[in-house]
Amino acid sequence: MTTLPAFGHFHLENGLEVVVIPDHRAPVVTHMIYYRNGSADDPLGKSGIAHFLEHLMFKGTEANPKGSFSNIVSDVGGQENAFTSYDYTAYYQRVAKEHLERMMTLESDRMTGLVLEGPEVLSERDVVIEERKMRTDSDPAAQLQESLMATLYVHHPYGTPVIGWGHEIEELGREDALAYYRRFYRPDNAILIVAGDVEEAEVRALAERTYGKVRPGNAEKPQRRRVREPEIKANRFVSLADQKVEQPMTQRIYLVPTYIRAPENDAPALEVLNQILGGSQTSRLYRALVVNNPLAVGAGSWYWSDALDIGQFGVYAVPTDGVNLPDLDAAIDAVLAELRNTDVDAKELARARTRLIADMVYAQDSQAHLARMVGSTLTTGGKIDDLAQWSERIRTVEAADIRRVANRYLLPGKAVTGHLTKAAA
Amino acid sequence: MTSSSHRTRVSRVVSPAGFDIWHVEDYTVPLVSLEFAMLGGAAQDPADRAGLASFLAGLLDEGAGPLKAEAFQEAMEEKAIELSFGASRDRLSGSMRTLTEHVDSAFDLLALAVREPRFDKDAIERVRSQIISGLKRDETDPQSLTRDALNRLAFPGHPYAHPTDGRIPAVQAITREDLKTLHGRLFARDVLRIVSVGAISAEAVAAGVDRVFGDLPAAAMHHAVPEVAMHSAGHTEIIDLDVPQSTLYLALPGVSRRDPDFMASYIVNHVLGGGAFTSRLWHEVRETRGLAYSVWSSLRWSAHSKLFLAGTATSNERVGESLRVMRAEIARIGESGPTEEELSKAKSYLTGSYALQFDTSRKIADHLLSLRVDGLPIDYIDQRNHDVEAVTLDATLEAARRLFGNAKPLVVVTGQPQGLDA
Repeated sequence: MTTLPAFGHFHLENGLEVVVIPDHRAPVVTHMIYYRNGSADDPLGKSGIAHFLEHLMFKGTEANPKGSFSNIVSDVGGQENAFTSYDYTAYYQRVAKEHLERMMTLESDRMTGLVLEGPEVLSERDVVIEERKMRTDSDPAAQLQESLMATLYVHHPYGTPVIGWGHEIEELGREDALAYYRRFYRPDNAILIVAGDVEEAEVRALAERTYGKVRPGNAEKPQRRRVREPEIKANRFVSLADQKVEQPMTQRIYLVPTYIRAPENDAPALEVLNQILGGSQTSRLYRALVVNNPLAVGAGSWYWSDALDIGQFGVYAVPTDGVNLPDLDAAIDAVLAELRNTDVDAKELARARTRLIADMVYAQDSQAHLARMVGSTLTTGGKIDDLAQWSERIRTVEAADIRRVANRYLLPGKAVTGHLTKAAA
Repeated sequence: MTSSSHRTRVSRVVSPAGFDIWHVEDYTVPLVSLEFAMLGGAAQDPADRAGLASFLAGLLDEGAGPLKAEAFQEAMEEKAIELSFGASRDRLSGSMRTLTEHVDSAFDLLALAVREPRFDKDAIERVRSQIISGLKRDETDPQSLTRDALNRLAFPGHPYAHPTDGRIPAVQAITREDLKTLHGRLFARDVLRIVSVGAISAEAVAAGVDRVFGDLPAAAMHHAVPEVAMHSAGHTEIIDLDVPQSTLYLALPGVSRRDPDFMASYIVNHVLGGGAFTSRLWHEVRETRGLAYSVWSSLRWSAHSKLFLAGTATSNERVGESLRVMRAEIARIGESGPTEEELSKAKSYLTGSYALQFDTSRKIADHLLSLRVDGLPIDYIDQRNHDVEAVTLDATLEAARRLFGNAKPLVVVTGQPQGLDA
């Protein structure tokens, strides 16, 4: 079995999109709401507002004041959280199924009922500043990552960190948050996903009773207006040296198309290429750099394929003692050149396809994982059918496709390279 | 609306060779998860070979039987079989995940990995360099530095004092002989605990288990590991690191898993800092004062020790205030325990959330294995919520006083903290 179970999929009259993922193994449900706005929709000069608002969404409404939503989730033994990405913001609770309607009532209430008054806005901003200190300001690798992104995207907002730039977070306030909230938080900009011990009909009835009462709002449905990246000719390099770096690293990132933007079958081909190049311990990079001629303790690659706009393809390696990063880069170049110049062999291709197709079966073990896959697909321009067809698209990738995308996208001069090194004391 | 959902049913399967397996049979997704633990993990490392068990675990999928590392990895990849091994203080664990259609091959590979690891020289050097690379990274990682110092100060002279992955000089000194010797000492039937979940019959699991573990020696050759109480009470240790935010851990003696007061203590901890978004620490440190993104507490029991731990990460200039707030909350609950309302809310959370541990086969297997490692009975998952409900307010007060009355914590802070009188 490599096909997905049948999902329920419908819209309410107010525009809310609903997906139901039945899984009856345990009497629990995962209830998620995705909004089609993320950090890449932050207004200029207000970086971090999507993420800051995500924090503020826990501050209460008129009907359910401060803390009561979280208290109710906790009282029923639920788990909850929220996350912000470039293209979406999502909130979820995982509860025993009999509490689903309560969650839907509370989540639909905070879709338009948020109240932001009093000192909690500013103390929450302090929390976000601490979060940034924890994730970025204390970690040289994370700081280099920010610069890599800012260099890779010269114009597009994916170059700005999701959490925002420190100096702009410090200036965010209540009015910014409310303006952003009123613009994006509305049923016709959201997707409800319920996975677990439920059927489509009961979710439909519950959704109509709860979310169905939320009015879409008078203003026009929000549009995402994203700028396009210009064609950049220059090869770019960024580096960061810090005394705290004990383990240097090189990485290189190419801009590549995502599933919804790629021509032909370029996206599945990049997916298979990624698996062959750096997806496992039998991959080209791992063999060449770690096993055969030990220049590195680790090496691999990744493909960010589900962005609304421009995706990324990355390669990285962590050197063994005494190996220079430029030598490591040269070794990576040689592996990439081989992929551009010769076809991958049949066994290697079969192994990569098998692994990727099996991943879709493994994914079905987790209702929360399936819910996230659906959420990120639908908020980045994909369709539910794309998930169902994914395995088949992987199965039809041939050696020639892999060579074509390697030549089309993984070219010298089309990337940013980043070096993390230890600063001299 | 009818639905076919069911509570997780765990059955005890005894294999022909006599292995006792906790098994959950479920055909919803065509996958099989099998997990096992050999009791006695990093705590069995010889004193001058800290990190040996972890090193051993890292080599099990790096070539076995006739297959060198590359061939072994290819055999796994060809059928999308996942094998992984790791060591923690008290166990060396392994996990096998496979599509049901490839379960025979998965058992074959697992059998090779468990019985005939090759310990090839190139694989040893590769894994050694990877472990050392990780240990180097830990040298400037605030969390690792803090955790390491805490264990060093809490358990001096005990195997728990060293990180599971060891220390660089010890890892550099480990030989092929050391690895083979430890493999011979640790892998045995009497310390083996096995659980399985998924689309496979009891008979097929039993047959597979016999194939993998059937010819292991009867008894492991463990060094005795002494019980250890927390040392360094009342001490504050500061580790200088040039970062804008300090990481702070606070430790006190805890309770052991089989202690009659365990559940009452567990509830007290939940009220203090265990419950995300609702605990007293969360409210005071994050919600009211915005001092930190994260603040937590937990009971950490091992086979031979018991700790209560609390932690946060806060701006260097706010460390003094954060620690004062945390200590005040610990003192407050140590004096008067949870309120009636907090107790009832904690119970409803803990009983209601238990089902969330059973919604993926991996989570079920992980949970069942930890119950087995802790020596709990197979009917525990039916009993557990009754145990939670049975805890009285008096029992929580008693437990809170025992844990936090007159608390003299060991505190470790990494960063450049201000406002501490160390």
